[in-house]
Amino acid sequence: MLGTLTILLLCQLVGELIARLLHLPIPGPVLGMLLLFGGLVIRGGVPRPVQETAGGLLRHLSLLFIPAGVGVMAHMDRLSGEAIPIVIALFGSTLFGVAVTAKVMALLARPAAPDTTGGQTPGGAS
Amino acid sequence: MTDGLNAELRDIWVYLSASPLAGLTMTLVAYQTGLWVFERCGRRPVLNPVLIAVLLLAGVLTLSGIDYRTYFAGAQFVHFLLGPATVALAVPLYNQFQQVRQSARAMIVALLVGSSASALSAVVLAWAFGGSAATLRSMAPKSVTSPIAMGVSEQIGGLPSLTAVFVILTGIIAATFGTWVLNLARVTDWRARGFGMGVAAHGIGTARALQVNEVAGAFAGLGMGLNGLATALLLPTLYRLFW
Repeated sequence: MLGTLTILLLCQLVGELIARLLHLPIPGPVLGMLLLFGGLVIRGGVPRPVQETAGGLLRHLSLLFIPAGVGVMAHMDRLSGEAIPIVIALFGSTLFGVAVTAKVMALLARPAAPDTTGGQTPGGAS
Repeated sequence: MTDGLNAELRDIWVYLSASPLAGLTMTLVAYQTGLWVFERCGRRPVLNPVLIAVLLLAGVLTLSGIDYRTYFAGAQFVHFLLGPATVALAVPLYNQFQQVRQSARAMIVALLVGSSASALSAVVLAWAFGGSAATLRSMAPKSVTSPIAMGVSEQIGGLPSLTAVFVILTGIIAATFGTWVLNLARVTDWRARGFGMGVAAHGIGTARALQVNEVAGAFAGLGMGLNGLATALLLPTLYRLFW
């Protein structure tokens, strides 16, 4: 776990350095993801400790957004002053965006290979 | 005697409300409470754990008079892990790479259509219902992960911290109602469902997709990264062309 955490931080650090040195508009962690991906391709597999630690971290990904989410408090004035346009725009565009992206992708993609992840079907408890 | 006790309690309170320990612990407790409610009530998407935790924390902070900055001094340790977690998305991406490669072309088209559909519809809807110019500009990049969204917002004259709030709210809306809208649109392909969540709702959409299915999670992570890239490159350019 400690080894994997070190690898993750190293990838992020190198990603930040590249983004800053080359003035790329891409955030360091996204470049870090590409670096780790490249590393896994070169190695030809995911070592078990990396699989476990990454899985553990990603299982609670939504926890990591809570501190920023509580920042809603700091903007209460504007949010309540323009509540109607903000609520309509956020709901409308988000649901429209999810549906349009997924629909276009589903129409264009070739049928998926058989599902090997446990046979859950969409529309149930998803 | 009671005065002494009160003074002592007040000292403890002053210490706790200013130390990182309180903010950090509160965040973890609020999240576990959110998860518990979510699990207990049949994993309904409406009872999104993030939403519950944010509401709980906002309530507690308001009642106790702790300001957001003091809270964040502790909670930033959790916030920091967003970076390494983004890097870790390479693992599901690698596991599903075979499928990703097969649908690359569909993905690029869906990315461009979905990314512009989200940004445009947000701006048009906010404008149509009387939103201010600052709100419109802060709204445009809200589908992508916070660091990119905040940078883009600054470039096009929005308020970065307001954009960060829109980003989170977008994610919570998608995590809560995404399943419903995807069923409504009759999309059954896990790749497409995940990709839609990632493109339109960044990391929170990805977190939701990962909860449901690994294939969906991998495509969501990729959609989040690709839309971050597309938005960072395209939105400022479009803005300069049209304004």
